[in-house]
Amino acid sequence: MTTVKKLTCVVCPAGCPVEVTLDENGTILSVTGNTCPRGKKYAESELTHPVRTLTTTVALENSVEHRLPVKTDKPIPKESLFAAMEIAEKTSVSAPVKRGDVIIADFIEPGTNLVACKTVEA
Amino acid sequence: MNKKLIIIGGGPAGLAAAAAAFDAGLPAEEILILERDREPGGILNQCIHAGFGLHRFGEELSGPEYAGRYIDMVRERGIEIVTDAMVLSLTDSREISFVSPSTGFVRLQAEAIILAMGCRERTRGALCIPGTRPAGVYTAGCAQRYVNVEGFMPGKKVVILGSGDIGLIMARRMTLEGAKVLCVCEIMPYSGGLARNIVQCLDDFGIPLHLSHTVTEIHGKDRVTGVTIAAVDEANGRRPIPGTEQYIECDTLLLSVGLIPENELTRGAAIEMDRVTSGASVNQDRETSVPGIYACGNALHVHDLVDFVSEEAELAGRAAAARILGEAETAKCVLPVKTGFGVRYSVPQRVEIGEGTDKVRLFFRVDTPRKKVRLIAADDSGNVLVKRTKTAVAPGEMESLELSAEVLSGLAANGAKEIQLMLEEM
Amino acid sequence: MIYDVLIIGAGITGTMTARALSAYGCSVAVAEAGSDVAWGATKANSAIVHAGYDCVPGTMKARLNVRGCAMMEEACAALGVSYKRCGSHVVAFDEDDMATLRDLYERGVKNGVPDMKILSQAELREMEPNISPEAVGSLWAPTAGIVCPYGLAIAAAENAATNGVKFYFDFPVSDVSRAGDVYYVSDGKETIAARRIVNAAGVHSAEVAGILGEHDFPVTIIPRRGEYIVMDKSVGNTVNSTLFVAPSPKGKGILVAQTVDGNLLVGPNANEIADADDVSVTADGLSEIMTGALRLIPTVSQRNSITNFAGVRATPSTHDFHICISEQLSGVIHAVGVESPGLASSPATAEYIVELLAQDGLVLEKKSDYIPTRRRDGNPKPFAHMTDEERAQAILRDPAYGRIICRCETVTEGDLKDAMRSPVPAKDLDMLKRRTRAGMGRCQGGFCSPRAAVLLADEQETSLDHIGKSGKSSWLVYDRDEEEA
Repeated sequence: MTTVKKLTCVVCPAGCPVEVTLDENGTILSVTGNTCPRGKKYAESELTHPVRTLTTTVALENSVEHRLPVKTDKPIPKESLFAAMEIAEKTSVSAPVKRGDVIIADFIEPGTNLVACKTVEA
Repeated sequence: MNKKLIIIGGGPAGLAAAAAAFDAGLPAEEILILERDREPGGILNQCIHAGFGLHRFGEELSGPEYAGRYIDMVRERGIEIVTDAMVLSLTDSREISFVSPSTGFVRLQAEAIILAMGCRERTRGALCIPGTRPAGVYTAGCAQRYVNVEGFMPGKKVVILGSGDIGLIMARRMTLEGAKVLCVCEIMPYSGGLARNIVQCLDDFGIPLHLSHTVTEIHGKDRVTGVTIAAVDEANGRRPIPGTEQYIECDTLLLSVGLIPENELTRGAAIEMDRVTSGASVNQDRETSVPGIYACGNALHVHDLVDFVSEEAELAGRAAAARILGEAETAKCVLPVKTGFGVRYSVPQRVEIGEGTDKVRLFFRVDTPRKKVRLIAADDSGNVLVKRTKTAVAPGEMESLELSAEVLSGLAANGAKEIQLMLEEM
Repeated sequence: MIYDVLIIGAGITGTMTARALSAYGCSVAVAEAGSDVAWGATKANSAIVHAGYDCVPGTMKARLNVRGCAMMEEACAALGVSYKRCGSHVVAFDEDDMATLRDLYERGVKNGVPDMKILSQAELREMEPNISPEAVGSLWAPTAGIVCPYGLAIAAAENAATNGVKFYFDFPVSDVSRAGDVYYVSDGKETIAARRIVNAAGVHSAEVAGILGEHDFPVTIIPRRGEYIVMDKSVGNTVNSTLFVAPSPKGKGILVAQTVDGNLLVGPNANEIADADDVSVTADGLSEIMTGALRLIPTVSQRNSITNFAGVRATPSTHDFHICISEQLSGVIHAVGVESPGLASSPATAEYIVELLAQDGLVLEKKSDYIPTRRRDGNPKPFAHMTDEERAQAILRDPAYGRIICRCETVTEGDLKDAMRSPVPAKDLDMLKRRTRAGMGRCQGGFCSPRAAVLLADEQETSLDHIGKSGKSSWLVYDRDEEEA
């Protein structure tokens, strides 16, 4: 007895409709509808441990601007999004900052960083 | 401050046009970018979400990162950007006036001008939503600025009208920031946003999307206290269906109901406009009806992806440089691009074919979502020039077809009168 | 401090009266229930300076309208307010209407309205090429004009303040007591003492008469709401003058007019409402005024709408202005039931109220230091109205004039600062909007409002969450650190 799950791939703006066929144990038998290998990877991940890239802002000191846009440099578990927001909310950095600077290392998961998305001069 | 090329707008279009003009041989000191905000980057600076740059850079960037890369390119090339600069007038003889705190009132004449002013949002007033006029009714972009740039929340209990990408992105953003997004209403029977945004902005957070619904009244004296929503009748001009009204208590209504290219300057210079796009009518170099004035980016037509904005702006930048450097070639024939079945508009609106004309990509939008269609470009005798099949098309996504240099020279040689774009249902 | 005169209400009547009184050596205060000047009907009406043929001959309306219309140009010039004498047509669609026009013409002659003319269809079309082909003629009144009503009230208030008039906002009069010849007027929190009172409380004027202590007041106010649509400047020149439909038993009809700022205005309908402060707009109302407008100008399209609004008129049960010295209360002048043509009449109404105060015994001596024109401490006029040369000079003086905040209406940071530092300063977004037009253009503040809000917060040395749209409870944003507050 197999089941088919329909997903919309969110890896890129194309948003491919993807169908994943699973057996009775939840093992993935096939992935169809994706137009690139990343779609297959997404579908597999979405059904086992869904992840999302978080983008938000942190407080910025020493600048005419008040907020610094930041993002996780790797997707984090979907269920950790709100926990991640709470940490970001309490974070403040001081200009100057360069795009790509690590704001918080090992953010949510070891090896994942919260990084600056913008260069801001002091 | 006399410059040969003036670019109005320092967002993704203006920055890309400037870099491309430089790379085409125009010296940096001949290029000037006028940006009205206090920093270049345009609206991307407040679009902190990811989803930009996959085509351009092969990786997914946030708005500020995408803008940052182009700002770096422009700075590395030594091109001047005047910020806080607002262009007040433009003439068909390529004369502009602008003001900024640092330069004062300035009048300039250029050999080429690129219009890259971007777009603005449709408002409550344009929709004529009845009710009171309290605080708490924001266009999505305005709310986005409050949250992402100023660092304040525009509301706690939110209804969003319009399921375009900005509305969807704001639904997620407000939710992550602790607001409760009660629902997204969409007057059309389908969403205007990308499928991925429905998944990761609404479905991820359990936010309901009410298709064929609109807001029929706004309540509240000082601040929004609620809105009335109702189903609309697709068969009756999308008018609200009596009896389907539903009151929703909320303190905020966000509107994501469409973008309008900014073209007050363009109209002031009597440049020919396209009624469908609300932008200028252009050739494949993005040259308007006034020689030496080019238009690109969302000022020309509203794009779905910034990557295509950059690509389009580069065409304009290269063409403007070629004109100034005396390398532009004259067209032997001009073919209007006509829209046929299923196609709302095309950019460019005309193709000019000369001796060494390169391939041309025709961008267009479809009128309604369709499944299994053939995208077709044909000549006026019905000869198919290029075709491509797609499993699905939607008005929210830009389509394109490319005409090769051979096809174009063939059209010129055969005395074609026009190019037609259409869909064919399979 | 005991004021010589307290004016209740800072609408067009109250502010113009305050300005007229400020020429004399008496102390004057104005108490206003709203947060700003022009809070009621003054900010939401047709913005027409009526010529005066509409009023029944012999009424106070007729007298004050014709005289006010004649005084308007000079008043606007002194106050630096845009005014345009564009004339008006009352348009006829059939023979009955033409008969109505002839009646109106006769009325106008009796009221002293100059230079009116009944025009043929051809003459009308020549002046108004976009008029409906069904229109058969019109009554042309060249003295009619257009003015920005809240702009005039704000200018009058600023000029009055410059000349020493004190303004109390958010002061809804709830209680009045009297000791000797002094009235103590309270909003429940604060009290203002004054020897004489001018009741110019608009739609609440009959109510205020009661609070002052009038019994069996002869006038009741019937609040009537009128809805309007404002269209983009790109269609502002659809008409060259103000177009009315000939009045019929069904009502005065919808008008199509250009505003003095170049927009096209259509409206109003007229519906009696229970709540005098209900300025909401309805779907039926909008469709009613579009239908009416289309009858005059078939090319008017709702597609060009940039905003809509409604105002509540203070329609008196007596159908005439009730402007007089109170018979029951000494030292009280009523200006009750000032509906249309209250704007057109306002310079004359103010003059008349000053006369009544003098009759009542107020000593009026011209001040030697009276400043009759509105003084702007920043620039003499808004950036949008400047010539290129003036713009260059303004930016040299203060670079803030080189930073455009509102793109649609070309409003600079300098203009906004002027409004925030004026004698009757702007404290929220709508106050800034009414003073500078920032946010009144086609993007309706989508771009400029967050920026204007930041400037307001900076000026008031506070944070953004303390800035409102329109009044104090009209919050724009909340501080994310205090979300549970």
